[in-house]
Amino acid sequence: MNTDDGYITEDGRKIGGVVMEMKNITLRFGGVTAIQDITFDIREGEIRAIIGPNGAGKSSMLNVVSGFYVPQEGEVFFRGEKRPPLKPFEVARQGIARTFQNIALFEGMSVLDNVMTGRLTQMNSGFISQALWRGKAEREEIENREICERVIDFLEIQPIRKTPVSRLPYGLKKRVELARALASEPKLLLLDEPMAGMNVEEKEDMSRFILDVNDEFGTTIALIEHDMGVVMDLSDRVVVMDYGKKIGDGTPSDIRNNQAVIDAYLGVSHD
Amino acid sequence: MPDQLIYAIEVFLNGLMAGVLYALVALGFVLIYKASGIFNYAQGVMALFAAMTLVGVMEGQIPFAHLINAILGTEIHHFGWHLPALLGILLTMIVMIILAWLVQRIIFKHLVGQEPIILFMATIGLAYFMEGLGDMMWGANIKKLDVGLPQGINLWIDETTYNIFDYGFFIDNLDIVASIIAAILVGVLVMFAQYTKEGRAMRAVADDHQAALSVGVSLNFIWIMVWSVAGFVALVAGIMWGTKSGVQFSLSLIALKALPVLMLGGFTSIPGAIIGGLIIGVGEKLFEFLVGPLIGGATENWFAYVLALLLLVFRPQGLFGEKIIERV
Amino acid sequence: MFYREAGDFSTTYREDSQTFPIKFDRYRYYAVLVFAFAVVPFIINDYWLNAIFLPFLIYSIAAIGLNILTGYCGQVSLGTGGFMAVGAYAVYKLMTAFPDINIIVHVILAGGVTALVGVIFGLPSLRIKGFYLAVATLAAQFFLVWLFNRVPWFYNYSASGQITSPEREFFGVTLTGATSEPWAVYLLCLVFATVSALIARNLTRGAMGRRWMAIRDMDIAAEIIGVNPLSAKLSAFAISSFFVGVSGALFFAVYLGAVEVGEVFGINKSFLVLFMIIIGGLGSIFGSFAGAAFLVLLPVLLKNVLVGGFGWPTDLAAHLEFMIVGGLIVVFLIAEPHGIAQLWRVAKEKLRLWPFPH
Repeated sequence: MNTDDGYITEDGRKIGGVVMEMKNITLRFGGVTAIQDITFDIREGEIRAIIGPNGAGKSSMLNVVSGFYVPQEGEVFFRGEKRPPLKPFEVARQGIARTFQNIALFEGMSVLDNVMTGRLTQMNSGFISQALWRGKAEREEIENREICERVIDFLEIQPIRKTPVSRLPYGLKKRVELARALASEPKLLLLDEPMAGMNVEEKEDMSRFILDVNDEFGTTIALIEHDMGVVMDLSDRVVVMDYGKKIGDGTPSDIRNNQAVIDAYLGVSHD
Repeated sequence: MPDQLIYAIEVFLNGLMAGVLYALVALGFVLIYKASGIFNYAQGVMALFAAMTLVGVMEGQIPFAHLINAILGTEIHHFGWHLPALLGILLTMIVMIILAWLVQRIIFKHLVGQEPIILFMATIGLAYFMEGLGDMMWGANIKKLDVGLPQGINLWIDETTYNIFDYGFFIDNLDIVASIIAAILVGVLVMFAQYTKEGRAMRAVADDHQAALSVGVSLNFIWIMVWSVAGFVALVAGIMWGTKSGVQFSLSLIALKALPVLMLGGFTSIPGAIIGGLIIGVGEKLFEFLVGPLIGGATENWFAYVLALLLLVFRPQGLFGEKIIERV
Repeated sequence: MFYREAGDFSTTYREDSQTFPIKFDRYRYYAVLVFAFAVVPFIINDYWLNAIFLPFLIYSIAAIGLNILTGYCGQVSLGTGGFMAVGAYAVYKLMTAFPDINIIVHVILAGGVTALVGVIFGLPSLRIKGFYLAVATLAAQFFLVWLFNRVPWFYNYSASGQITSPEREFFGVTLTGATSEPWAVYLLCLVFATVSALIARNLTRGAMGRRWMAIRDMDIAAEIIGVNPLSAKLSAFAISSFFVGVSGALFFAVYLGAVEVGEVFGINKSFLVLFMIIIGGLGSIFGSFAGAAFLVLLPVLLKNVLVGGFGWPTDLAAHLEFMIVGGLIVVFLIAEPHGIAQLWRVAKEKLRLWPFPH
């Protein structure tokens, strides 16, 4: 498998070799073909956007990337190796974390507990140790608490850490979901419409967080987003989908000028 | 024809009859579930309460007599009249409608949009409450119910099968009547749900309370209507079972038996409730007949549940239910 | 004014994650423990033991068990009665087969047996959810009761079909049967209840508890973030059934002494424990105790007030009890779905601010 050395972006950031490659992916649900023969890759350290009109198959694509959906045809290569079909809970252990379009937080728990669930794949003390709350269980709990608190600091949600999640407004819930995803220290972060339902200020905050995550931790990010301003500003490369097919793939400037994309999705501004 | 096979046929036919009665109770469940997404555990107790009220009304019992006597030291028990069956049924029906209205207003209006499991537990609470209420109103002793339905062995079948098989089948007249009534009831209900405006509104409510509200469906009205219909079904079931085995506490346990019926047939399907009832009815009786003697008998206590459990493992939505697709 | 946390800071994560971070709560907890362990044994008599303390302690253990399965992990079970029966019959067989071994060992082993049975009946939960699962647990309930009724090996081929608790003692003090010492039986059950609560508390505040709650709140999301639903659900069934089995074993061995399985461990027992955790508070260890206390005290109270005080016949009191319990379930589900535990929490919050309104 060819993993070349990457490229330099317009603003001088270095992007690494290919970390995830989707080859000829076809995904069907019964009679409906959600994704048809799509090939693209994601490189290490970049911010890759997946855009397209509603129903284009973007969320399904994200699910294929994460391993939750297994495509009927095509192959997925993660870090150079062909990835076999995985059970959903095995996916998390690969180092891939995601957020969801409609918030999937655990409404019965507090913010801190939700973020701590992001560490569950790393917590494996034995039953006896947990029952007695001694030894490994207690140590693990405190170590992981520290990691989660750092994430909570990073996303500036300290004041609400003990609040039950069900009481939070929408924007904060999205941030907590991001915190939970970050707590697992992922190599690849998948964001499904992270800006949905937010106002301008909230979008600016979220964009800042996404850039910071990529900057400070070097996390590779793939995101689905409808706000073109955000996509153009944040992403290094963009994939455009329409009716399950790929109709564009390149840098934001390439996409902006791609006729097929303009026809299907962007439209033309009339002065 | 070998004897075992003849007995088996008789068991099979009786199983069908029992199945029809199960289906009748299951119908009440399906209606309420279709309309409100609530699994009404209290359906069995409602049947018991309906039957008790019918007996009490027909025999002129004074409601809460026991309680009144205990508090005031009196010795009153009956008003002294006896009402004909039809009038009794009518009055009981009115009581059931009032009950439907009360249940709607006091309980379920406040639980709009809650998860199914919470609603289910509320109906368990309701079942306990109604059981206590029924006992307090009419007394907990076993009562005989007679609304004039034919009972006892059907002589025509007995003779005819004796002439053919040398063995007279024991098929109770009551079971035959019950099957016919149940069949008619089912037909009417299916047509109601599918073809009337109210039926459609009912199905909308079953899907999504909030959405139905937003298109102008009056939840209150639909729910009162549905619980009243379920109350009527409960009354019919109560009359059938009560005539057969007397009006007593065990009547409310049929509710429990209806559960595996629904699991087989799916919670939202009226034909499913029927077929599920028949399968359970026949299955139970045949299993007890064939396998029961080998393992100690009384397998009817658990066979239905284990059968439903096994089926659910392979087909979680039942035979006729809709496949639930969960999306994230 | 006396319930303050000003000045009471946690400076380490270890302090912050204690069960009782506020000093006042902790001292109150110690006081209750001291009273329970050091005072009550001296003042307890047969009536208080059998009418109140024993059922309270034993049902609390069952409630803790069911709460783990239903309150924390979201798997509704209507089979609690059947599993208590497993515990009872297991301890019976063990006690009669190995008469020299201490009863405490037997009770724990009985819990272990019940845990295994719980795992087996919990397997369907991997495919079936919600109240489909609840109905499936009914299969366990009815089948188990039938099994203990019909297979004579379980009741050692006795003619009556009943099982009776053989006499057992601990360091010279009789624990079972008519000659048992009230304070000893009380202490035995108190120790079991306290240890159960401690273990349950530790499990539910750690990784295990979070896995359970994640499955309860959104099992698909839980899977996606790495929770193995198989091991989470089965561990909930196993640990829950362990506690329920211990409760059933104690219920038979030291409380009732003799059991006929259909009457004692029927579906009404399953509902009783379910009501305890609904009224007490789903997902709360304290709630398990509160609910058990409530449903043990209520009939005693009603009987004393209505029958003893007003001269009502006992069956009327029983009917009223049904109505009250059923009514309360509905009231709690509407008004306070988190039960007495939540009411307690809210009351404490108000108390923290007292005498200030907010």
